[in-house]
Amino acid sequence: MAPRIIHRSKQLEPWQDSTIAPYIEIDELGKSFGPVQVVKDVSLSIYKGEFFSLLGGSGCGKTTLLRMLAGFEQPTHGHIYIDGIDVTNVPAYKRPVNMMFQSYALFPHMTVYQNIAFGLQQDNFSKIQIYERVMDALRLVRMEHFVDRKPHQMSGGQRQRVALARSLAKRPKLLLLDEPLAALDKNLREQTQFELVNIQERLGVTFIMVTHDQEEAMTMSTRMAIMDEGTIRQIGAPHDIYEYPQSRYVAEFIGSMNIIEGVVSEQTDDYVEIDSPELEGIKLRVTDSPILPIGTLVAVAIRPEKVKISLKEPKNKDTNCVKGIIKEIAYLGDMSVYYVEVPSGDIMQAALPNLLRLAERDVKWDDEVYLTWGAENSIILSS
Amino acid sequence: MMHDLRLKIKLYIKENLYKDAAFYTPYIWLVVFLALPLLIIFKISFTQATIALPPLTDILESTNDGIFQFTISLKNYITIFTDKFYLDAFASSIALALISTFITLCLGYMMAYGIYKADEKHQYIFLLLVMLPFWTSFLVRVYAWMNMLSGSGILNQILLSLNLIASPLHMLDNAYAVCLGIVYCYLPFMVLPIYTSLDKIDESYSEAAFDLGATPIRTFWNIVIPLSKPGIYTGCILVFMPAIGEFVIPELLGGPETLTIGRALWWEFFNNRDWPLACALGFTIVLTLVIPVMIFQRKQKID
Repeated sequence: MAPRIIHRSKQLEPWQDSTIAPYIEIDELGKSFGPVQVVKDVSLSIYKGEFFSLLGGSGCGKTTLLRMLAGFEQPTHGHIYIDGIDVTNVPAYKRPVNMMFQSYALFPHMTVYQNIAFGLQQDNFSKIQIYERVMDALRLVRMEHFVDRKPHQMSGGQRQRVALARSLAKRPKLLLLDEPLAALDKNLREQTQFELVNIQERLGVTFIMVTHDQEEAMTMSTRMAIMDEGTIRQIGAPHDIYEYPQSRYVAEFIGSMNIIEGVVSEQTDDYVEIDSPELEGIKLRVTDSPILPIGTLVAVAIRPEKVKISLKEPKNKDTNCVKGIIKEIAYLGDMSVYYVEVPSGDIMQAALPNLLRLAERDVKWDDEVYLTWGAENSIILSS
Repeated sequence: MMHDLRLKIKLYIKENLYKDAAFYTPYIWLVVFLALPLLIIFKISFTQATIALPPLTDILESTNDGIFQFTISLKNYITIFTDKFYLDAFASSIALALISTFITLCLGYMMAYGIYKADEKHQYIFLLLVMLPFWTSFLVRVYAWMNMLSGSGILNQILLSLNLIASPLHMLDNAYAVCLGIVYCYLPFMVLPIYTSLDKIDESYSEAAFDLGATPIRTFWNIVIPLSKPGIYTGCILVFMPAIGEFVIPELLGGPETLTIGRALWWEFFNNRDWPLACALGFTIVLTLVIPVMIFQRKQKID
């Protein structure tokens, strides 16, 4: 399923501009717990005003990386710079960083007001200043009527808002979010995604979010990093990562992907031709490709929604075409995914929007069909 | 009909008896071993001492001509609340219990926090060490302190041999020794509940406090201590209650001038053979202890 991406009012792409210095710099950061290396030499630059996501499965090191940024874990080696200052050895309570915890960690013995005021009291603000800041933060998340509630008197969504208000009240340079929406149900989560992005845009605070939910990361981030086994596999804007994954891991991790293995047989100015012995010697053309010597073993990747299905053999020879038999149709409501067995015995997926009702469609189980896609719609993965 | 009834009884026994027995056993226990003795004490406290067996007058007396006489004496309670001796005993018991509880709280909190912050591997060893004194009898431990604090005891011997003092210090037979004894004996009752409630606090609360700019000390005062309140309350109750009626420790470690309500009760009962007054004292102690427990329960409800 193709993810939706919130289109931001301004396209922020400071990473494209070499004159802008990064706001947060992570330099060769590593963390070991005993013999286990959880984070391996991660280097990362994050720019001011970004909404950056760390995405990965459980145990990939994303939370440890976030906790090192917050100052809860001491890195084994490497450095963290925030706004040019090395904060690697600065304790958590002196960092210009705030965190929103997955469990929210609202102090149960304090009211909403006291919870938010707590951070401000540490900075010797006057009572009036604290009051104004607390109310500002509560207005931001539309929770100003809940000042006197205690955490246990609120719903999960309300607690989430208060936690956000508390972490923003100190106006941090960097806000860290640890799975901020994981505890909310689906509808509330989608609504909150937009709100979080709105708040982030309005305040211009740099956000770094940890999540295991790729849709969430895609929807909200300006850029994201795909993490696996303590390393970053790819960094990029959501659409870049989705359309141009650099490795098979990333391609298969984000969304679903059809992968066909083959050998480079021809290289022209316009396209690369790949010979796939698995598919009875069918030649596949890919336009968007680095220059590869003939004979290189590669994998061609095509997103299911870019594959078309037809009952008749297409005449247009520019497109790639594979014959197959429909084995399974998964009905998802807005679209259906067709599982087609190709000559190699592999299953290829094709996702089509359900423009017609199921009964009225002409493609059915066990039909022999032709899968086609444009040469510009597939990419080559080197590994 | 008879057959039916027997079946019903059998069925009841089979289905409900064990369940009901399990449910009512604690109540039966409380009635037999707490409510009934208290009632007996309550009754005796309204009688008067006399030379008889048992040494008290009856509340209900029958004379020969069929007249029953119902006599309630409030004399014992009046004595307790007017005689300076008993009032002093109460005051000094409460003061001693409060001070001891406070010292136990400070020490116990430090110990519990230390254990809580220790490596998980070592926590069980430390907890075991806290409970280790229970392996010997309470009385033996108090006697051991008597030995250590006495004029020829080990403490004085060490101080003498180090030439820190010229003559043995008089450490035994005073209120300080009693306080020390209470703190020593009841420390585990403070450490364990506080440790338990510290252990329940989610690590993320402290992290959130650090994250919001609170120093470790402020985090301790504003987050850790308030969140460990249930343990503090329980520990204080567990120390204060036995400390107030304590008899053995003041008797063995305290001097003759260390007056406590427990000792007063003992004297009345065994030396003066004034059972009614002793019972009145006992009942007053119970009432005194009910008050802090009620405050504790209300406090817990609020939290």
